[in-house]
Amino acid sequence: MATTYFTTDHEWLRVEGGIATVGITDYAQEQLGDLVFVELPEIGKKLAKGDTAVVVESVKAASDVYAPVDGEITEANGTLSSDPSLVNSAATGAGWLWKMKLADESQLAGLMDEAAYKAHIA
Amino acid sequence: MTGDDSKHLPLEDIHTAAGARFGAFAGWSMPLTYPAGVMKEHLHTREHAGLFDISHMKLFEVSGPQAVALLNRACPLDAGALDISQSKLSFFLNEAGGILDDLIVTRLGDTRFMVVANAGNAVADEKHLRALAADFDVKVEPLDRVFLAIQGPEAWAALSRAGIETGSLLFMHGVEPRKNWFMSRSGYTGEDGFEIGLPEADARDLVAKLLADERVLWIGLAARDSLRLEAGLCLHGQDITPETDPAAAALMWAIPREIRASGAFIGADALRDAVERGPAQKRVGLKPEGRQPVRAGAALFDANGNPAGHVTSGGFGPSAGHPVAMGYVATALAKPGTRVFADVRGTKIPVDISSLPFTPHRYRKG
Repeated sequence: MATTYFTTDHEWLRVEGGIATVGITDYAQEQLGDLVFVELPEIGKKLAKGDTAVVVESVKAASDVYAPVDGEITEANGTLSSDPSLVNSAATGAGWLWKMKLADESQLAGLMDEAAYKAHIA
Repeated sequence: MTGDDSKHLPLEDIHTAAGARFGAFAGWSMPLTYPAGVMKEHLHTREHAGLFDISHMKLFEVSGPQAVALLNRACPLDAGALDISQSKLSFFLNEAGGILDDLIVTRLGDTRFMVVANAGNAVADEKHLRALAADFDVKVEPLDRVFLAIQGPEAWAALSRAGIETGSLLFMHGVEPRKNWFMSRSGYTGEDGFEIGLPEADARDLVAKLLADERVLWIGLAARDSLRLEAGLCLHGQDITPETDPAAAALMWAIPREIRASGAFIGADALRDAVERGPAQKRVGLKPEGRQPVRAGAALFDANGNPAGHVTSGGFGPSAGHPVAMGYVATALAKPGTRVFADVRGTKIPVDISSLPFTPHRYRKG
């Protein structure tokens, strides 16, 4: 059973079996506007919480997306290379950014659940 | 999002009601995007008609017996050679030939001109012009107007339906169709279009009529920027600055030949020297390979890794369908087709020097 977490940087993580799928929230994609390019991470790259994992580029600006927890990249959403607008149209689904193997599951305790995130952006 | 000291547009309530997202630009709180989003707003302008609130820009009326003499001193311009209603791109230069601002000067009468200045430079421009005006029999009057731009192939038809006929007005000409109105066929998108300065009450009436037309959509500053970049037009403060002269900026076409040779405008000597020497760097269009945008500030390198210049504006061109940018490169590399490399977060992106504009201009010149 997957559990979904949220960060104050407007990312979501769906965690199942020690692997987190990470993306940005609908609120975040709306703030960024139409995305035209996503710079995806290399598989196997080790990231510490707060490191830049992905850069998303809108017509106007480039924005960093940070690793919400420590871990190692296991997969990147290659579909975004040809269709970055998936992040706009399906931020919490087909527009996911990367998957990472968690280094320390106890870090998840510091994240928000959906109700807390909704209160955060309200 | 914006500081308390930001200036607010007179029509801000209309933008708020239209769902605008605001951001700070040149000291103003400006609509950046509307709910349609930058991509749709950009494409809508090229296909139909986009309405822009550009009231952050400033209109100055320059009038009096020595209006021509003042403008010939302030700008590399032959103001007396302009026909009535003719507009011309010009500049305020500093003594070193650097561009203090780019302006549109329109002749309204024998001794009366309209000068349109950029938002970020409006205060400095007024001070500069007033200081110069002290030596001439001339009046400089900043006008309190709402300033709207309507741009795109259907702009003229939308204005016509709103009761404003534009028929005989050609590109880079301006008239005063009503009391305290100034309307020119011009803009900053590369499309046919108009810029209209008018009193607030009239503006509210015109905006209501225009927005009732399904061909017209509000367009924010984000799309204004991508439209002008595709059209190869300079943004002062980025692509042209007090450190760049018209020769390096590839804008010498805006200066009449005889003025280049013998004009007594501020910066004339320095500009003549710069032309004589030839600019060390030149402004060029840049087309990055692939999909990744290359943005302002990125350093450029030649094939051997030597510094070659820098990017001054960059982003994605929704109509071009690829990233677009502008910047300065060493003159030897300025030929279209030359390949350079942009450093983007440590990766070298291949970038080809490209002729400008990226999307063809569609001005109505006659």
